[in-house]
Amino acid sequence: MEGMEEIVEQSLREMRETFASGRTRSVKWRKTQLAAIIEMVKDNEDKMCDVLFQDLGKHSTEAFRDELGFVMRSATTALNFLDKWVVPRKSNLPLLFYPAKGQVISEPYGTVLVLSSWNFPISLSLDPLIGAISAGNTVLLKASELSPNASAFLAKTIPSYLDNKAIKVIEGGPDVATILLKHQWDKIFFTGSPRIGKIIMAAAAEHLTPVTLELGGKCPTIIDHHSVSKDMKSVVKRISGGKWGSCSGQACISVDYVLIEQSFASSLIDMLKPTVKSFFGENPKESGCLSRIVSKKHFQRLSRLLNDPRVQASIVYGGSMDEEKLYVEPTILLDPPLDSEIMNEEIFGPILPIITLRDIQESIGFIKSKPKPLAIYAFTKDENLKTRILSETSSGSVTFNDVMIQYMCDALPFGGVGESGIGRYHGKYSFECFSHEKAIMEGSLAMDLEARYPPWNNFKLTFIRLAFREAYFKLVLLMLGLIKK
Amino acid sequence: MAKKVFEAADASNLVTELRRSFDAGVTCGYEWRVTQLKKLLVICDNHEPEIVSALHDDLGKPELESSVYEVALLRNSIKLALKQLKNWMAPDKAKTSLTTFPASAEIVSEPLGVVLVISAWNYPFLLSIDPVIGAISAGNAVVLKPSELAPASSSLLAKLLEQYLDTSAVRVVEGAVTETTLLLEQKWDKIFYTGSSRIGRIIMMAAAKHLTPVVLELGGKSPVVIDPDTNLKATVKRIISGKWGCNNGQACISPDYILTTKEYAPKVIDALKHELEGFYGKNPMESKDMSRIVNSNHFDRLSKLLEEKEVSERIVYGGQKNRESLKIAPTILLDVPLDSQIMNEEIFGPLLPILTLNNLEECFDVIRSRPKPLAAYLFTQNQKLKERFAMTVSAGGIVVNDIAVHLALPTLPFGGVGESGMGSYHGKFSFDAFSHKKAVLYKSFFGDSAIRYPPYSRGKLRLLKALVNSNIVEFFKVLLGLS
Repeated sequence: MEGMEEIVEQSLREMRETFASGRTRSVKWRKTQLAAIIEMVKDNEDKMCDVLFQDLGKHSTEAFRDELGFVMRSATTALNFLDKWVVPRKSNLPLLFYPAKGQVISEPYGTVLVLSSWNFPISLSLDPLIGAISAGNTVLLKASELSPNASAFLAKTIPSYLDNKAIKVIEGGPDVATILLKHQWDKIFFTGSPRIGKIIMAAAAEHLTPVTLELGGKCPTIIDHHSVSKDMKSVVKRISGGKWGSCSGQACISVDYVLIEQSFASSLIDMLKPTVKSFFGENPKESGCLSRIVSKKHFQRLSRLLNDPRVQASIVYGGSMDEEKLYVEPTILLDPPLDSEIMNEEIFGPILPIITLRDIQESIGFIKSKPKPLAIYAFTKDENLKTRILSETSSGSVTFNDVMIQYMCDALPFGGVGESGIGRYHGKYSFECFSHEKAIMEGSLAMDLEARYPPWNNFKLTFIRLAFREAYFKLVLLMLGLIKK
Repeated sequence: MAKKVFEAADASNLVTELRRSFDAGVTCGYEWRVTQLKKLLVICDNHEPEIVSALHDDLGKPELESSVYEVALLRNSIKLALKQLKNWMAPDKAKTSLTTFPASAEIVSEPLGVVLVISAWNYPFLLSIDPVIGAISAGNAVVLKPSELAPASSSLLAKLLEQYLDTSAVRVVEGAVTETTLLLEQKWDKIFYTGSSRIGRIIMMAAAKHLTPVVLELGGKSPVVIDPDTNLKATVKRIISGKWGCNNGQACISPDYILTTKEYAPKVIDALKHELEGFYGKNPMESKDMSRIVNSNHFDRLSKLLEEKEVSERIVYGGQKNRESLKIAPTILLDVPLDSQIMNEEIFGPLLPILTLNNLEECFDVIRSRPKPLAAYLFTQNQKLKERFAMTVSAGGIVVNDIAVHLALPTLPFGGVGESGMGSYHGKFSFDAFSHKKAVLYKSFFGDSAIRYPPYSRGKLRLLKALVNSNIVEFFKVLLGLS
């Protein structure tokens, strides 16, 4: 690890020099880099799909939908809107300050660190990178060691497309992250678990570095059967797609569990089973459409969750596992005990508990009693329930009648609250996430009001009070000596 | 009556109680927020004399400074919040794209929950109540911990807030390190801290344990660059009122040091001397128009800065001090060594070093070689220089041709960067600082396409590519089987 210490220091020095040279501030540089990212993805579509298959068994369609395509669109959006984003915003100033001008300039933080995660190793690496570049920063990216092929691909490919004095990739695990975190960064962007998020934030505190933490949580899905009974086919499809169709449930915005009224649970299960079959066939292990579990450690975590005898007893579908192939079958649980581990940690895998309630209105209280999730999904047409969910619960986002697509909507900020994270990104928010909003005010030296300066007297006090109230008429009277304090 | 000791159980009970109110929805409604804001306005309107007198006790603050920089600024801040709250609370519509069509989206501002505001002693009312205005506007329950170094203000704040505001959701905890430590052990939904970088780190470290977001309003050495191409009289007047006229230099955006050219420095010094005399008379130690140093600790710290040998011999004006009355005269120093203590910590007092440069260009290097300050000031008539300064100098905020006035502008975000802090507030930015921006997407059941779901095929992949590129022609070609 001694060599690593030096590599990190050398990289930091180079990035700081590059930033100081001002090169990364030019809009032209930023656009060149963004265009190069698009080119990189286009040129390497097959390779990227390969590494994603090697690391996670992701099907190329899934890889394109969730990663490659997403990154290309994100970079295209940034390219198209960058000219708009960088324009300083004028602010109105009160008349009292006339003739003065106010504006807010978005300036790059400087040298930023992006730590990404293994479940979407391409998009969760490149998407923050797009934000950091759009804002004019120099960036060091460390992808996760748990998706080694993707990490190696990024480390090898990024330098040949992007300005490698400004954008660097370092590979490694927690030991490398520890070295990186000892150094001072101007911003740290992390995607991962709340446990590591706390470590990142504590390390950032040493240097007063602002952080964006994209964490996870147990994202609930409410099914208000009464109002959506006619659309249950769509509901079931969307939930199944969201749970098993995106990295096998290993996504921070994956459906974690379903809340539904007791009387509808069995019909839901009856509909889920054939849908899973239609997605993945009789033998999902061989379907090629289901991602595998990332590592042995995660496989064991999932099997521990599932092997709790009380949880075992709740399995109504699936439940088989193959450690060799890191395969966990799409599994449905009905009412596992609420105090079981699976109902108290983020599942992050292809297991879907269904929790039954007497009345769907109870879902509000249920969600409120748990840490704030990254997303809440609710299938309902009941406006009253929608309002209750919006105003009584708290979460990073709320999506009605679908799952996970809020991630694709770059007009919306993406990020958590409470246990699910700090800060937000996507679209313009990515640009803001990596920018300091600098307030600029310009006064004029031409006009100078004596009342601003000591020695103080009653006239000045009255003057300033009136000025603050913007009582301009009274101010004139005061100046003319027509009113006294 | 002896004051009860604040213990760990008290801290956790306090948070539990406020959380209960928050969960019950007490603070969420528009009505509650408006009622509390109006009460704050009543405090400003009815208790100004008491506030002025508390500030005089704590800091010897002149009435005008108290009345303007604390009470009047607060009143404006409250009035703005009252006027704008409905707009601030309204959801923002967001445009959705073809990929997620058909859908509509909005961004809802929701309160974070129970928040902690820890304020500072130099503007004890402004820096306490201004963040509280933001917290209440955004619908949070809030605990305020004023600084123990301004005890009269602290106890007046505790008394007034308890008397006027809804105590089920707004509380004041008085105290020092022990109380603060106990408070920091609790889980908050946001911590808003005003003070030093050193404590800022401790706050953020404590916040990390609970993943609590923080706003840190810190300070730093805010430089003032004077270009010889300026109106010198107006320049020095503004510097003086921004430095000694704002709590005698004990302000986070106070000018910390001046950068100007070697040739111009003598003129700046002469002008400063002349105007200082006009403002504070021949004997500034007697002037009633200047605050005193907050306490003997800070007095000793400032004395130590001045007593460093190579510093004390650089005094060109002032230098008188009196530990008894905690007064230090406005003091100007010329070219103190860059490695002296005074050039390496925030001065936060009435001392003003002037550093001379061979040419003004060098100012950019001096500023860049130091931690990012909360404010950077420039006096010039040169348009090019203004633009370069605004674009390339990194600081919380930049003011050209004036000092500190940006603090009074609610349309500008106020906050630092790097060593000078993180996050910003004032006006709508205060509301945003205490809100979570919740993304909300409304989708219909219409238009569900098979391409989203497994089993995957090549056709689906092509369609997705077209969709992601929003390539409508390609999209229909694939749909119609033409491609």
